[in-house]
Amino acid sequence: MPTLFQQIQAGKVWDFHGGIHPPSRKERTNQKPVALLDIPDRLYIPLRQHIGVAGKVLVKVGDRVLKGQALTQAENAMAVPVHAPTSGMVLAIDLHTSTHPSSLAEPTLVLAPDGMDEWRPRKPLDPEQVDVYTLLERIQESGISGMGGAGFPTHIKVNVKQPVDYLIINAVECEPYITADDMLMQERASDIIAGIEILVKLLSPKAVLIGIEDDKPIAAASLKAAIGQKDNYFVREVPTKYPSGGEKQLIQLLTNKEVPAGRRPLDIGIVMQNVGTAFAIAQAVLDDIPLIHRVVTVAGETLAQQQNVLALIGTPISDLLNACGFQAEPQQRIIIGGPMMGFAIADWSVPVVKTTNCVLAPTENELGAASDEMDCIRCGACADACPASLLPQQLLWYSKAKDQDKLAEYNLSDCIECGACAYVCPSEIPLVHYYRVAKADIRETQREALKAEQAKARFDARTERLEREKQERLERNQQLAAQRVAQQQASGQATQSAAAVQQALERTQQQSGQSLDKEQIIAERERKKAEALAYQQQKQQAQIATPAEDQAPGTAEDPRKAAIAAALARAKAKKQAEAQPEAVEQTAPAEIAPDMDAKKAAVAAAIARAKAKKQAEAQPEAVEQPTPADTAVPEVDAKKAAVAAAIARAKAKKLAEAQPEAVEQSVPAEIAPPEVDAKKAAVAAAIARAKAKKLAEQAEAPLQTEAKATTERALPPERQEPATTPEQDAKKAAIAAAIARAKAKKQQNSEPL
Amino acid sequence: MSFKIASSPHQHIQKTTAQLMKLVALAAVPGIAVQAYFFGYGVLIQLLLAIITALLCEAAVLALRGKKVKAKLLDHSALVTALLLAVAIPSYAPWWLVVIGTAFAIIVVKQLYGGLGNNLFNPAMAAYVLLLVSFPLPMTSWLPAAPLQQQSLSPADAVCTIFTNFSCSGYSISQLRQDADGISMATPLDTLKTDLSQGYTTEESMKKPVFGWLSGEGWFWVNLAYLLGGLFLLQQKVIQWRIPVAVLGSLFGFSLIAWLLSPDTNASPLFQLFSGATMLAAFFIATDPVSASTTEKGRLIFGALIGGLAFVIRSYGGYPDAFAFAVMLANMTVPLIDYYTQPRTYGHKSKGAR
Ligand code: SF4
Ligand code: SF4
Repeated sequence: MPTLFQQIQAGKVWDFHGGIHPPSRKERTNQKPVALLDIPDRLYIPLRQHIGVAGKVLVKVGDRVLKGQALTQAENAMAVPVHAPTSGMVLAIDLHTSTHPSSLAEPTLVLAPDGMDEWRPRKPLDPEQVDVYTLLERIQESGISGMGGAGFPTHIKVNVKQPVDYLIINAVECEPYITADDMLMQERASDIIAGIEILVKLLSPKAVLIGIEDDKPIAAASLKAAIGQKDNYFVREVPTKYPSGGEKQLIQLLTNKEVPAGRRPLDIGIVMQNVGTAFAIAQAVLDDIPLIHRVVTVAGETLAQQQNVLALIGTPISDLLNACGFQAEPQQRIIIGGPMMGFAIADWSVPVVKTTNCVLAPTENELGAASDEMDCIRCGACADACPASLLPQQLLWYSKAKDQDKLAEYNLSDCIECGACAYVCPSEIPLVHYYRVAKADIRETQREALKAEQAKARFDARTERLEREKQERLERNQQLAAQRVAQQQASGQATQSAAAVQQALERTQQQSGQSLDKEQIIAERERKKAEALAYQQQKQQAQIATPAEDQAPGTAEDPRKAAIAAALARAKAKKQAEAQPEAVEQTAPAEIAPDMDAKKAAVAAAIARAKAKKQAEAQPEAVEQPTPADTAVPEVDAKKAAVAAAIARAKAKKLAEAQPEAVEQSVPAEIAPPEVDAKKAAVAAAIARAKAKKLAEQAEAPLQTEAKATTERALPPERQEPATTPEQDAKKAAIAAAIARAKAKKQQNSEPL
Repeated sequence: MSFKIASSPHQHIQKTTAQLMKLVALAAVPGIAVQAYFFGYGVLIQLLLAIITALLCEAAVLALRGKKVKAKLLDHSALVTALLLAVAIPSYAPWWLVVIGTAFAIIVVKQLYGGLGNNLFNPAMAAYVLLLVSFPLPMTSWLPAAPLQQQSLSPADAVCTIFTNFSCSGYSISQLRQDADGISMATPLDTLKTDLSQGYTTEESMKKPVFGWLSGEGWFWVNLAYLLGGLFLLQQKVIQWRIPVAVLGSLFGFSLIAWLLSPDTNASPLFQLFSGATMLAAFFIATDPVSASTTEKGRLIFGALIGGLAFVIRSYGGYPDAFAFAVMLANMTVPLIDYYTQPRTYGHKSKGAR
């Protein structure tokens, strides 16, 4: 059994599944020399012509540039620059329709040639004398990207760490009509081989395999002549069959290997380059001519002259066609690329770019437009033609059904969109079109899944952070309490304060209401008091102990809570604004978790609420601590706290419902003077809540700025002035607070999370 | 200037479904001609009846379903269905037989399943089975081939017989089938089956005039003509070789084994290949794209299944010919076959189905 390499050496060529034989129509253009065109009036040079990113623009409007001068600079490994194809003035740098199926506008430099065609200084390199890095740099600086397919930056493709067995040069050019590479080989074979030698120096492959279809005998002979006696260069003629020029198909033809799904040819030791790219490399290195022109086949029966032309990058397609005597017919189609995989353009001002190998202007007779699509008769002709051994009819079925799981099972992602299936389909079903749509849908789904995942990660991180902050706050509070105890013991006031507290407690107990359950009320009130006490203590402590720094924990707590709530409200408001596009402009970008969805916001709000509550419950430990406060203070504070609690709850709830205007409604309650009794406040809060809820239901687009403003107004209750009030009020307030809390709790529970 | 936008590929092979169907019809012409020569002009009348019925039914259902009637009628698929049923029915069968059959094929088997491309069963064969089960007598009343017929039948006789059950000279169909001794003649396959069940050996049975050369007077030529048509379809790339080769190969293989084991009770493989509807089934019926398997391996399995089933039913079943049943049974297995014979996609290791 001979090894693979032996078989290759022996001249063996394999086959791939399927394939078709459309009329090639290459004879129209492959016997005429490549024509040179006049320099066009304007050149439109897209700043990005390849996969990857555009470079930084180096020139400005009004500059005079020389032929070959770089117009952009690659700041990134995935970028290659573009160059001035001739000397002239930069007229504009603006958006211009791109030479791409999407027709999206792309940043494009408009150059007004001055007709002098004046070169910048050139520095040819001798590949024998320079190192690999200099070569790679030159390739990148010359703006070379793959000229056959999608335009992948060449310097990346040939800068490999893995060993390379085979360098395959794709000279197949299997698409009908196109003869650009064919002509290049016929006319410039030795330059192509020089380019291949540079590639060999970069890649050190075991062998160079040049794949060429057997319908190009002259080109093949020229290449062989140019290769001469070189070792391990093999020109392999493959049978004419579409799509043998596909990367995967050519690899299969020449090496009998398959690129495993989802991998690159390099993973099986193969690098493939197009002949055009090899030629461009030779020009860049040996003559310092960057990629500023290319051979383009201009064909179609609407043209007086079907031929190959050497077109400057940036030449508008209209110039190209007019130079060839274009006579448009009604319903004219203009196709960039070949009839199988090219794309039709609507606007012929788009320019020739580095990947443009062909422009077709066919008559209706020549390439009939698709007629009526009929039902699939399951004839399997498409499956017989598919070079990827897919089952196009099943893919069609599941594409129509939008069944993404089945599409994955039938390997839609392995479809190379060669169009062989659609070409043979007797029912004239535009299969490739269906697959493109299905693929776009799948990409969309994946993007959304990714987004959701990211949002979840963000949300988790945030929840964790909030939890951590809460813990920290708790610890700080305990420390503060401990400090205070130490202080007070030292000052000898401890017992006295404790007695005062005890007294106050007893007094309130005596006065407890009769209509409500005594125990409950007492308990409730005590808790309330404790909360208030703790609050007061904290505040005082903060002021006494460390006036400046330690104030932060106490006062910062509620602002922070409010800030969180505000952030949530903002997130929600944003969400709603998205749902109501007319309001979008009014919404300023949210700071935290901008695209968190409504549900998550609700969850977060619930967490914030729960936290607030927990926090409140965590305070009572401080109650035992003696306080220097006057006995009336606890009562006042209890009331104030009740008011504040009601307000805070109302606020939290409203915020959670993301009805920022509703917050305004609660303003009266918030700024209600402490003299007003707590019950009223609680009632007001309840009313506000109801209002808020109602508002939520009829809400217009929320204004986030208002939310901010109102949440600021809703800030810490401790800012309110303390005032003495009858003790009955304290009791009532406690009752109201209990009711309000119960309500709040109930609502909270009934809120879907 | 603004130009027309279209999706790639911008080029299309000049072979449409309608053209494929027309080619199928064209390829059947020699077979039909030979059938008309040996078994009477009745087949032409049956054809006419079937085509008219098919087109009317198809148009009606398409209109009801709100489809583009003209465009769909012109795909000629109804024509092919009608043709296949018409040639499978005895030439002088009463007119309502073919009408019922065609209507059933088009309305129920094809359109109720969703129209062209969605039918599980081959419409012509499903209709044939329905007729055979419902009306076994007229469905098996083949006249003997012309050289054996006692009364020669004119085209006018054909019309009379089909529409009135009696020829112009007043013979009923069963009288027309009788030989000189007044014994009703069956088809070769039928005769062989009956004889074998009565204890005759194959060799003894084959001495009867109805067998003629190799596989039955007339039937051999009919099969040969359909074989020719089939080869034409292959050459035109209307059908692929896998299904017919698998059908004929498996029928040949099974009958060869049986014949070698017991030549007295089994027909020879060649007899099997050239009798009954073998060639018609192998090239025209089993290759119906809609109801056949679409994967390469699947087509081999599908074809082999048909050939094998046909052999079994012919040899051991209750019906003289078997292809209609065999095709229908195989149709049922197509989804399964297709699922398990997915080709290995480029760059993938395991087989498609996981
Ligand atoms: S070629 Fe067209 S009609 Fe035939 S199976 Fe494929 S999609 Fe269906
Ligand atoms: S377009 Fe896709 S499915 Fe169709 S033949 Fe090409 S690879 Fe196969």
